[in-house]
Amino acid sequence: MQRLTRDQMAARVARDIPEGSYVNLGIGLPTLVGNHLPADREIFLHSENGLLGMGPAPTAGAEDYDLINAGKQPVTLRPGGAYFHHADSFAMMRGGHLDICVLGAFQVSVGGDLANWHTGGDAIPAVGGAMDLAIGAKRTFVMMEHLTKSGESKIVERCTYPLTGIGCVSRIYTDLAVIDVTARGLILVEAFNGLDRAELERLTGVPLHA
Amino acid sequence: MIDKTVESTAAALEGVSDGATVMIGGFGGAGQPNELIDALIAQGARDLTIVNNNAGNGETGLAALLKAGRVRKIICSFPRQVDSQVFDGLYRSGQLELELVPQGNLAERIRAAGAGIGGFFTPTGYGTELAKGKETREIDGRMYVLEAPIHADVALIKAERGDRWGNLVYRKTARNFGPIMAMAAKLTVASVHDIAELGELDPEAIVTPGIFVQRVVRVARTATGPAGFRKAA
Repeated sequence: MQRLTRDQMAARVARDIPEGSYVNLGIGLPTLVGNHLPADREIFLHSENGLLGMGPAPTAGAEDYDLINAGKQPVTLRPGGAYFHHADSFAMMRGGHLDICVLGAFQVSVGGDLANWHTGGDAIPAVGGAMDLAIGAKRTFVMMEHLTKSGESKIVERCTYPLTGIGCVSRIYTDLAVIDVTARGLILVEAFNGLDRAELERLTGVPLHA
Repeated sequence: MIDKTVESTAAALEGVSDGATVMIGGFGGAGQPNELIDALIAQGARDLTIVNNNAGNGETGLAALLKAGRVRKIICSFPRQVDSQVFDGLYRSGQLELELVPQGNLAERIRAAGAGIGGFFTPTGYGTELAKGKETREIDGRMYVLEAPIHADVALIKAERGDRWGNLVYRKTARNFGPIMAMAAKLTVASVHDIAELGELDPEAIVTPGIFVQRVVRVARTATGPAGFRKAA
């Protein structure tokens, strides 16, 4: 079983983002997608802390910590970009104005429930914009490793971690496959590196329709 | 002549009472009014409820206020960060109450307070732990959660330029919570790096009109530092 690297996963997600899309890339793995968007495709990147038209990281020495992304790392603004306050920023998210958001996840259920903010127990919780993003964008993509480090599927019948949103995920990109969440259940869109559906279904532990 | 500018950060923080709810602008380091927080520490008010997106970074600013033992409760969306050690310690030892709020609900609850809204139904958080016990309603086939406004006694915000009427403009993503916190507090104090002559700020570009601001104080410009993330090695 050959898995995609993190950069290959990011490149695969980037392929599905059309020109003209308003997109929010979550903290962590989804942030890598930005590095794979082709320069000749105009895509508007949104950051929850109040900018549209986010550009790449600045060159060394040009960092301005008044211009940061949701992960609080320094970024740049593209020509045509805009700043706005937090209520407007979350109106863009909650109000259905973003076409796509890409989020990391601990678990996704067959019904499209998402768990990505809290591992439960006595961990200190932090939610940030995850719950607003999950339910707000026209399409919510999840990007995650297919299996945990101990080999358990992160695609599950029911999430055991605390939920971020209910029935909000539309597509799952993993290092093994692309899977759509539909009213008929999970549908395998693409399996990578010759992995067949039966084997993927066995690893995933829930039905994956053709 | 109306002049909302004050001479010093100490004068800007006059009258903050024990037990006050204080909104503090900023997202990580960007927009965090460190000079006003230092003045609040010096002013001495205790038993405070703080509203901020985070819960302090490193040992300065909001983290220093927490460390000084002045805060009873914090309302925020993202307390846990790589450099939130002051919060982590106080929270784990039970010395600090936490109300965790999804960031968009935090922003809208602040905005609602400023706009005179008594509550609103939001889809965010429905069916999650953070909506537990809250009233829900189905509207046009979708489920929503009732959220209440957050009012404050004081808002401490950082802007770039202001004038004596309290009009403000901000700098880049340091704007974040500033404009909505200014609306939600009885006393809004803005630090600025530059005081403009009346009429000098472009009226088409004023972000916070002076009606939302009671005190303006000039502080020296210092570069905003990194906070809240681990620098790549």
